Amino acid sequence: MSSHNSTYNPTNPVEKWLDDRLPLVRFGKEHLLDYPTPKNLNYWWTGGAILTFMLGVQIVTGIVLAMHYTPQIGLAFDSVEHIRRDINGGRIIQATHAVGASMFFAAVYLHIFRGLYFGSYKAPREILWILGVIIFLLMMATAFMGYVLPWGQMSFWAAAVITNIFAAIPVVGDPILQLLRGGFAVDNPTLNRFFSLHYLLPFIIAAVVGLHIWALHVPGNNNPIGVEVKSERDTVPFHPFYTMKDFFAIVVFCIPFAWFVFYAPDILGHPDNYIQANPLVTPPHIVPEWYFLPFYAILRAIDFNFILDSKLLGVIFFGGSILILFFLPWLDTSKVRSGTFRPAFKWFYWVFVANFILLTWYGAQTPDMKIIGSFTVADTSKLSVLYYFGYFIVILPLLGRFEKPRPLPNSISEAVLPASATH
Amino acid sequence: MIKITTILAAGLMALGLAVPAMAQEHETIHIERQPWSFGGIFGKYDEHQLQRGFQVFREVCASCHSARLMAFRNLSEEGGPGFSEEQVKALAAEYTVNDPEAEGGTRKALPSDRWPGTGQSDADLAAAFGMVPPDLSVMAKARSISSPFPQWVFNYFTTYSEGGPDYIHALLMGYEETPPEGVEVPEGKFYNHVFPGHAIGMPPPLADGQVAYAGEDGAAAPAEMLTAEQYSTDVSAFLMWMAEPHLNAQKAAGFRVLAFLIVFAVLMWFVKQRLWRKVH
Repeated sequence: MSSHNSTYNPTNPVEKWLDDRLPLVRFGKEHLLDYPTPKNLNYWWTGGAILTFMLGVQIVTGIVLAMHYTPQIGLAFDSVEHIRRDINGGRIIQATHAVGASMFFAAVYLHIFRGLYFGSYKAPREILWILGVIIFLLMMATAFMGYVLPWGQMSFWAAAVITNIFAAIPVVGDPILQLLRGGFAVDNPTLNRFFSLHYLLPFIIAAVVGLHIWALHVPGNNNPIGVEVKSERDTVPFHPFYTMKDFFAIVVFCIPFAWFVFYAPDILGHPDNYIQANPLVTPPHIVPEWYFLPFYAILRAIDFNFILDSKLLGVIFFGGSILILFFLPWLDTSKVRSGTFRPAFKWFYWVFVANFILLTWYGAQTPDMKIIGSFTVADTSKLSVLYYFGYFIVILPLLGRFEKPRPLPNSISEAVLPASATH
Repeated sequence: MIKITTILAAGLMALGLAVPAMAQEHETIHIERQPWSFGGIFGKYDEHQLQRGFQVFREVCASCHSARLMAFRNLSEEGGPGFSEEQVKALAAEYTVNDPEAEGGTRKALPSDRWPGTGQSDADLAAAFGMVPPDLSVMAKARSISSPFPQWVFNYFTTYSEGGPDYIHALLMGYEETPPEGVEVPEGKFYNHVFPGHAIGMPPPLADGQVAYAGEDGAAAPAEMLTAEQYSTDVSAFLMWMAEPHLNAQKAAGFRVLAFLIVFAVLMWFVKQRLWRKVH
């Protein structure tokens, strides 16, 4: 499908001249307009367009904010307030950027879980998936550093706690810690380098998104039934069919986005970040932003020594919880892509989703909070960590061997047509 | 295909796992939510309340607390207490600010100046209260109240963002002259059942009749307005405005934006449907 024939025929001499030298228009026509897309994609497949839109929103609002922000520990907090108070439309731009981070992660989680359900990571889309995991990692780094910039109490203490995680790595831990902080403690050099990197990383994300789309356009889209495109009958051109469908999805996505931006811009944040950073006062309860909570819960759940020190073990599980996604294409042994045709997989998948939500909730609680009887968050969250890793390491490899999938339709058209007869 | 029912089932499973935990949540201080005029999606500040709140802030709070992010000019800006520019000019002129370029290093404040602070040195304040009283500029956003499950879920739909003023109002009314039995309050501290740890350095700041509100035509306000309860409500509203001065404009813009998005979404739905009819 990557080698579909180009239908671009430059008509006037200027277009011809350009096409012989830099076939930009041809490229755009092939990849943005004519790109053959399976005709059975549902709304879970609008995530890519929504995420591209969100990246754009974050870059544009971020560039405007950077025009007014001062990365210096004595001035950073007040400069963010200056943006909110004195810049024309500043409160809305700042709120869009802050809420935008949450909406970006909400969309990326839906996108990832879509891929997990429909087996979008399976051959021949392993590279596509791996690039996605890299984007996710870059997003986490960018969001974390961005959260530090307002230099509130949560900013400062999040920076202290998260950079400190690296100190647990043997031998290189301390040098890494000092490199991240630009010194022994979180201070002005930390803020400066975080600002610099926070401005840089989104453009690297944009580049990896380019690769991600390239890697998508080589094998073509996966689709809800997971059966590869067999003929032209199975596809529609990307434009106008999916451009308009994606556009519709983006507008709908903007409704809750605007709801938070205009009516409750701080509801997803923490009030402590309205207190200027103070290295001498530790907040009673340090919590990361909601989108880091599942991984934070995994980090905290490892509070015991097992061969290794608990601190290092926690870091291994914390890092491993994301790194394991890189190996997912080879851990899942089932040949069937779509969860729709995998009766047993479905159950494990939805338990995995519920477990992930539960981990999010655990991450926001204090570890000593009682759950059932005398069992605390620290105890029960270990079960969730076990299931999280068990899903990838035990369930998916074994399920492919023992599960009997339902019969697959012969082609996308065959799956689509009977249903459309009832329309 | 992912069915809505399956998603709901997953959500319910997560809830089912979480609910027994919720029942055992830590004991938290219950704080009553107030009916603020600026709550909800159509919320707006009440000018008169902000003016009263400013009077309480100026006569009571500002003697010990700074508010470095508020400028005098803010007081005459749209969506605020609605003072006239002349009133603000006259008000600013009552204060002196440091200015190295002025003769003698000080001059009368201008509307463009920030709130000048308490006039007392940090060292004096720290000696009096055990710490420098915190700046109040964004205090109403730096505090909140905890919402137990399932209330915090509803907060996203009701856009509840008034935890700050609710907390401040409760704190100002939370003093008890005699602490409960068995509670030791350290020297120089006061018992407040809302404050975390209950021992607060701030003496009870408000008493009935303390601030003389002026009614219409300069006559004295009716006695039922001159209560500590009323003062604490008014000053909490004022602190919210100080922390979020563009709230009125923001909410009004939000209504227009959402109305546009909803109409646009409906139109895009028809565009998409019409296009795809050919495919199905």
